[in-house]
Amino acid sequence: MRRSITIVGASLAGLRAAESLRRDGFAGRISLIGDESHQPYDRPPLSKQVLAGDWEPERAVLTPAEKLEPLGLDLRLGVRATGLDVAVRELEVDGVPEPFDGLLIATGARCRTLPGTEGLEGVHTLRTLDDCLAIRAELDAGANRMVVIGAGFIGAEVASVAVGRGAAVTLVEALPAPFARVLGEEMGAVVADVHAANGVDLRCGVGVSTVSGVPGAMTVELVDGSGVDADLVVVGIGVVPNTDWLEGSGLTLDDGVVCDPTCLAAPNVVAAGDVARWTNPRTGESARVEHWDNAVEQGRHAARRLLTTDEEAEAFAPVPWFWSDQYDRKIQLAGRPNPDDEVRVVDGSTDEHRFAAFYGCQGRLTAVLGMNRPRQVMQGRALLEQGAGWDEALEVAAEWG
Amino acid sequence: MRIVVDYDLCESNAICMAIAPDVFEVRDDDFLYVLNEAPDEDRREAMEEAVQRCPKQAIAIEG
Ligand SMILES: Cc1cc2nc3c(=O)[nH]c(=O)nc-3n(C[C@H](O)[C@H](O)[C@H](O)COP(=O)(O)OP(=O)(O)OC[C@H]3O[C@@H](n4cnc5c(N)ncnc54)[C@H](O)[C@@H]3O)c2cc1C
Ligand code: SF4
Repeated sequence: MRRSITIVGASLAGLRAAESLRRDGFAGRISLIGDESHQPYDRPPLSKQVLAGDWEPERAVLTPAEKLEPLGLDLRLGVRATGLDVAVRELEVDGVPEPFDGLLIATGARCRTLPGTEGLEGVHTLRTLDDCLAIRAELDAGANRMVVIGAGFIGAEVASVAVGRGAAVTLVEALPAPFARVLGEEMGAVVADVHAANGVDLRCGVGVSTVSGVPGAMTVELVDGSGVDADLVVVGIGVVPNTDWLEGSGLTLDDGVVCDPTCLAAPNVVAAGDVARWTNPRTGESARVEHWDNAVEQGRHAARRLLTTDEEAEAFAPVPWFWSDQYDRKIQLAGRPNPDDEVRVVDGSTDEHRFAAFYGCQGRLTAVLGMNRPRQVMQGRALLEQGAGWDEALEVAAEWG
Repeated sequence: MRIVVDYDLCESNAICMAIAPDVFEVRDDDFLYVLNEAPDEDRREAMEEAVQRCPKQAIAIEG
């Protein structure tokens, strides 16, 4: 019988794990340890409503105090886990050792920084509430020229919010087509078109050579020799998992905490969310998934894993899904496309920026992309869950039109 | 049991519909419609799942 569970990382995966333990009837002690001092908050609004100024930060809180309190959590905020020794079942919190019974690691990820820009005041990344408020403060103070480095989803959302606030935005991407890594070139180009239609100056296939200046007078030099002036620069070039504190713990670290398919990283230790790398039996791929829905689902799965025997443990086999809001478009992707998948628009039209598209490979459906087509994406996700064939999926889609 | 959706929060991403199409429907106008505001008690588990999974925490169960 497990008596207590310690969760490190008091954000989406960690908090949802704690809540699901209580819902499942676990009555033992639950310690939730997080190094941010804010009440646990949700990150998606940081590049959307909060950045836009439509929401005050309090609205992004994950669970309101009145719902948190009855759970009776030992919530320790502003406190850092500094080490772990799996062999002797000991955690170190702010340098002080404490034993654990079951441990759930949910320390997430942090932004990759652009080499050479560390310490430059006018250069921002966006992961935390404080990051968001810093960018928002500059926009509030009248910054109206922004360069976004990296056309990933966060960069694209920041660009769209800044445009919405009247800023002139240049989006710089080293790859030839934006979003191609996730969506493939054809659909990546459709998203690029949405940005162009909203007035963003998109520079693709060109890297950044230097960034210099002070807030209000920044210059971004590109490798093609051109320069872009800006009031502020936002860098969105991906994240790295927060595993530094686990060096020497006995866990396998390799772009994340490496887990088995059930989310177990070592006896009595599980991981979930952006920090966890596991092999999804559905795809056979060993990877981290940096999506909101995954953090919730994996948090719950990993928490249950701590209350399950090895014999009864189930693999975590979700169909990945995420959304991104850009301008007035809602982009959603379910599944994982391969670079050379066939892509077919099955509903609506890409020109109107309102469509659903299937990705397929070897007679199977691999992913469903929607732009302002939530219902179709969710139905597509169900098809992916069933392992639907390509022809079968097309038959279902034929009824949408 | 009554299902209440805060439409100011809802962003029509249709997750609830994937969980309980008998109760939630996102139509082509991009709005969420609650088809059955008082589902039977045997749907409680699905309703709680929808509350948990909604990214906007827009769904509440009353009673
Ligand atoms: C701006 C932004 C917008 C996003 N928008 C979307 C979206 O539209 N759709 C989507 O699907 N996903 C989106 N995401 C991704 C989603 O928010 C993440 O997948 C999710 O936050 C992952 O949750 P997590 O709990 O695993 O990690 P995190 O949210 O990173 O939380 C980890 C927590 O652990 C803390 N921590 C780290 N190390 C320690 C330590 N040693 N001791 C104690 N605490 C520690 C961290 O400070 C943090 O509070 C967005 C992310 C960001 C940043
Ligand atoms: S899951 Fe939540 S946000 Fe999405 S459509 Fe349903 S109520 Fe709205």
